[in-house]
Amino acid sequence: MSTINAIATNFQHRHAAHCESGAAANLMTHHGVKLSEAMAFGLSSALSFAYLPFVKLTGFPLIAYRMPPRFILKGMRKPFQAHFNFETFSTPDAGMRRLDALLAQGKVVGLQTSVFWLPYFPEDMRFHFNAHNLLVYGKEGDDYLISDPVADLPQRCASADLQRARFAKGALAPKGMLYCLERIGRTEVSAQAVKGAIKKTVRIMLGPIPIIGVRGMRMLANKVARLDTSEHSLNYVGNIVRMQEEIGTGGAGFRFIYAAFLQEAAQITGLAELAGLSERLNEIGDGWREFALKAARMIKGRELFEPKRLAEMLRTQAEHETEFFRTLKRAVA
Amino acid sequence: MDVNDVPQEGNRTLGSHRKALYAKDASGKMVIVPSRGSEVDETVTLQAVHRMTALTDDAKLRVLAGQSSPLEYWMCARRMDVPLLSQISGLWQWRIRRHFNPQRFKRLSPGVLARYAEALGLSVAQLQALP
Repeated sequence: MSTINAIATNFQHRHAAHCESGAAANLMTHHGVKLSEAMAFGLSSALSFAYLPFVKLTGFPLIAYRMPPRFILKGMRKPFQAHFNFETFSTPDAGMRRLDALLAQGKVVGLQTSVFWLPYFPEDMRFHFNAHNLLVYGKEGDDYLISDPVADLPQRCASADLQRARFAKGALAPKGMLYCLERIGRTEVSAQAVKGAIKKTVRIMLGPIPIIGVRGMRMLANKVARLDTSEHSLNYVGNIVRMQEEIGTGGAGFRFIYAAFLQEAAQITGLAELAGLSERLNEIGDGWREFALKAARMIKGRELFEPKRLAEMLRTQAEHETEFFRTLKRAVA
Repeated sequence: MDVNDVPQEGNRTLGSHRKALYAKDASGKMVIVPSRGSEVDETVTLQAVHRMTALTDDAKLRVLAGQSSPLEYWMCARRMDVPLLSQISGLWQWRIRRHFNPQRFKRLSPGVLARYAEALGLSVAQLQALP
């Protein structure tokens, strides 16, 4: 491994709620687009809800509040005519050499990594999740200089650890994936792109598939209503809350970040109604937080564990979101 | 969420990190606010962590009692389960379960041991014993 010293000039680390939207926004900003994390998130139509009972993470179903990994990066292509260069590698050596070569050219490089093997992550947050995004903006001796969007400050990581994280195996194995922004066609966000992105989100949230969008919330509510009061059920409920609050969502399973996007969208499109809808989504987000609080109190044993009450709260959330996305659809029609 | 409602209770699972939350400031604008974490996150994270530690402690006792092999202990200690270890090591789940038998584990070939060691981020010597 070469010990080069390289730092991309003028790179600014910004703290973000979510890894992928943060990495996308920081990378685009480095290339001269003034892009906030919320705008990157909304513009790629990343908001969602999915209840995937057949994908098990340590025995519990995957509940996602957003679209699958790489959706946000890919969503940057059209609105900015951006061209990303994604590369994966068959051997760790080749992957590390390529990273060093790109850094030596002064580039900022995005990486997909596992969370578990990153030493700077807090011990209790290290789980086997393979689709974490971060940016590397330089190297000093054996240490890579890392802008991890979900960390408030820039980090450092030794090359052996980074290699391990980049070549972790299992579901969503990154295979050393790295990406650079090759070129960019436009630097302004157009009103048309914003409207298109909102329409797409409405389609996803109100779509016909029973496990996606508001229908997915109802299905999860039905599942929760059928839980007994065992330890396993408490873990099941805890798992829902973890997906919603802990795994880098900006609070309330991305609802607050989307509310921030709608505020920006109101300015860009000139549709004042969107600002009001942002307010409404903020309230819906508070509803999600109440759900999390209630669940946490039940887990701690401060309240009687009543799965039916939690299911009721989920159904109310589904109802509010149905109404919300219908109004949003009319607003951008 | 209002800026004043952003939880700053301190979540020990975050360590010295802070996480970014979105909240409404005094002028009604949604902004990023670094949060020290809330009791809610801490509860659910610790719930998950404790579940894993309980499994690890349980595996350790069974290894000491000669009912299981160090492989099961290390799998739990690395926060994996059999399906995940199978994906990572490329060995079938039923083979992994067989290797939880201490006698079988002792007879494993260096090649298979090396695959487990690689998957778990250990040296072969570490894999063969409890820490």
